[in-house]
Amino acid sequence: MSSSNKQMDALVAKGYEHGFVTDIETDVIPPGLNEDVIRFISARKNEPEWVLEYRLKAYRHWLTMTPPHWSSVHYPAIDFQAISYFAAPTKKPQLDSLDQVDPELLRTYEKLGIPLEEQKALSGVAVDAVFDSVSVATTFRQNLADAGVIFCSISEAAQEHPDLLREYLGSVVPHTDNFYAALNAAVFTDGTFVYIPKGVRCPMELSTYFRINAQNTGQFERTLIVAEEGSHVSYLEGCTAPQRDENQLHAAVVELIAMQDAQIKYSTVQNWYPGDEQGRGGIYNFVTKRGDCRGARSKISWTQVETGSAITWKYPSCLLRGDDSVGEFYSVAVTKGRQQADTGTKMIHIGRNTTSTVVSKGISAGGGQQAYRGLVRMSQRAENARNHTQCDSLLIGDRCAAHTFPYIEVKNPTAKVEHEATTSKIGEDQLFYCRSRGLSEENAVSLIVNGFCKEIFNELPMEFAVEAQKLLAISLEGAVG
Amino acid sequence: MMLSIKNLKAEVEGKEILKGLNLEVGAGEVHAIMGPNGSGKSTLAHVLAGREGYEVTSGEATMDGQDLIGLEPEERAALGVFLAFQYPVELPGVNNTHFLKEALNAQRKARGEPELDSVAFLKLIREKLALVSMKPELLKRPVNAGFSGGEKKRNEILQMALLEPRLAILDETDSGLDIDALKTVSDGVNALRSPERSIILVTHYQRLLDYIQPDFVHVLAGGRIVRSGDKTLAKELEEKGYGWLTGQDEAA
Ligand SMILES: Nc1ncnc2c1ncn2[C@@H]1O[C@H](COP(=O)(O)OP(=O)(O)O)[C@@H](O)[C@H]1O
Ligand SMILES: [Mg+2]
Repeated sequence: MSSSNKQMDALVAKGYEHGFVTDIETDVIPPGLNEDVIRFISARKNEPEWVLEYRLKAYRHWLTMTPPHWSSVHYPAIDFQAISYFAAPTKKPQLDSLDQVDPELLRTYEKLGIPLEEQKALSGVAVDAVFDSVSVATTFRQNLADAGVIFCSISEAAQEHPDLLREYLGSVVPHTDNFYAALNAAVFTDGTFVYIPKGVRCPMELSTYFRINAQNTGQFERTLIVAEEGSHVSYLEGCTAPQRDENQLHAAVVELIAMQDAQIKYSTVQNWYPGDEQGRGGIYNFVTKRGDCRGARSKISWTQVETGSAITWKYPSCLLRGDDSVGEFYSVAVTKGRQQADTGTKMIHIGRNTTSTVVSKGISAGGGQQAYRGLVRMSQRAENARNHTQCDSLLIGDRCAAHTFPYIEVKNPTAKVEHEATTSKIGEDQLFYCRSRGLSEENAVSLIVNGFCKEIFNELPMEFAVEAQKLLAISLEGAVG
Repeated sequence: MMLSIKNLKAEVEGKEILKGLNLEVGAGEVHAIMGPNGSGKSTLAHVLAGREGYEVTSGEATMDGQDLIGLEPEERAALGVFLAFQYPVELPGVNNTHFLKEALNAQRKARGEPELDSVAFLKLIREKLALVSMKPELLKRPVNAGFSGGEKKRNEILQMALLEPRLAILDETDSGLDIDALKTVSDGVNALRSPERSIILVTHYQRLLDYIQPDFVHVLAGGRIVRSGDKTLAKELEEKGYGWLTGQDEAA
């Protein structure tokens, strides 16, 4: 990444022709949003003209929109003019050894079982040459290049693969989609572009690279994954290690496109800072994620484990356009303390014989508030379409709450929709049973919670499933009693 | 004395259930505690295992001279107290093998013994399985979830066989078992009798005592032990009921 940044800086240094007054050498621009700011961002990234046009169109549309309000989520109004929309990727202060890192953070890494070298990378300690992220990334990229896979930042894609980017960017989540998607389209800082050519099985999980480079992805991240006919890819976003960020608002957009017989598996582990006991300083995570099963027999599967953020608002969705296409959504969301989450999915069945499966597991502890909001739409054409939704809530303690809002629209009489929902409490009898066998209360809670989430963990790539289990245990420490 | 209970009083939700209970159990002994429904048998079992909400208001319970009442349930377990539940609890999604391994290793860890790895554990659990003739499939299922009544009780005895407690309290392990299940469960318990292990059999019926011969039989009524004797007391109870001991007609 750093080499391409240099390249980019060099290009930017060539000068800017649009008469924009702000010093383009600057690393951070003052808070506020207007067309000049957008022109500046685009210029700094040396984007083709069409990208700038795209951003401006989105911005002008955004100006006509108002922030959404959700009955189940409460937070003070956001002042969008108080946010700075560009900061050059800054180098983290380099530390000499792990001794200089916050011991609390290290304890968490320890519990998660994160290898020492990765701990260093995550906390900004200088790493050994072998583990240097650039060299790892280089080998990684070579393997991918051999397979014909493109895996790069959106900024690089704008330079090197402009035709592909132009064809697909915004084709699943248009800039008009919602308030935060419009904002993201106007000011997205960077993100990831993945392109899997026809018939190619991506030779590795696109995860290791991302874990190392998970920092500084910016608050308006944009991800675009295109899987051509018959191709397969598994992509892993996020990191179990706790992540803090100075930017409170995160509004990402993720677009997935699966052509005929292609499969995309997108897994997320999200552990953003949830704020202090009063919920102060926690991240607001307002994400638009949508997958487009464009071709026949294509499949998109979302798996997510969400434990962080003060406020989460996201509904990873599938547009099942191709006949016989398949959409899946597997989710574990934890809310505790003052955390609030409004999550769920939308399964839009358009093609014939399309099927979707939704398994959502919500865990609330302390004063955590959670709502599952799921839409299943069977359009007129969706002959024999099927949906099965299973929505389970687990409550720990009696101050938390979970709500389920299923929205079902069926326009084709042959379509079938099944919805099951359960709410259970970790019972005092269950805890006593475990403890009478020698388990501590915390182990008992973690055992019961992991049992509750098993179906979801089974969907995660192996290594991540193990970490996700530990993450859940840590998140719920002290949640009982 | 392995277990020594002196003048134990305990209440549940503000209501006194145990009203000055005395009991001495020596190492290797099997004691049966019988009594009418609602007399406080399960309450005694829960008090000994440390269940929250069962408040000891006076008296003491010690194991090898060490106080039990001040300990957390898991600390008592590590000391060797085991309760086979009258109503075993279901843990949906929690794999039975995993649960057993976690429980055993938690106890071993608390006692400063090395934890068992998966290979050693699986070998051990297979041996124990044979002891209670339990279907191996049940190990792959979630703990007690969807088990029949008999399977749940066998699973309790399997846990006892695995955890090798020094004091096992079996709360109505016989209830709800057909005669074949009763026999296998009894065989399992008999196989676990040893000079180092004391067993308290809580039961409503004398039937169980045909299979597990107790050294002592006690009658619990109104929150106290009102009569103690040898196994002939059980026979007597079968013929006469409890009324002659409690001064009432057979209540339950
Ligand atoms: N959790 C509880 N809450 C309220 N009362 C209880 C509870 N458990 C037991 N009791 C009461 O305590 C008394 C003794 O019950 P228990 O110990 O279960 O008797 P046994 O096992 O001998 O049938 C009964 O009157 C019962 O209603
Ligand atoms: Mg009872």
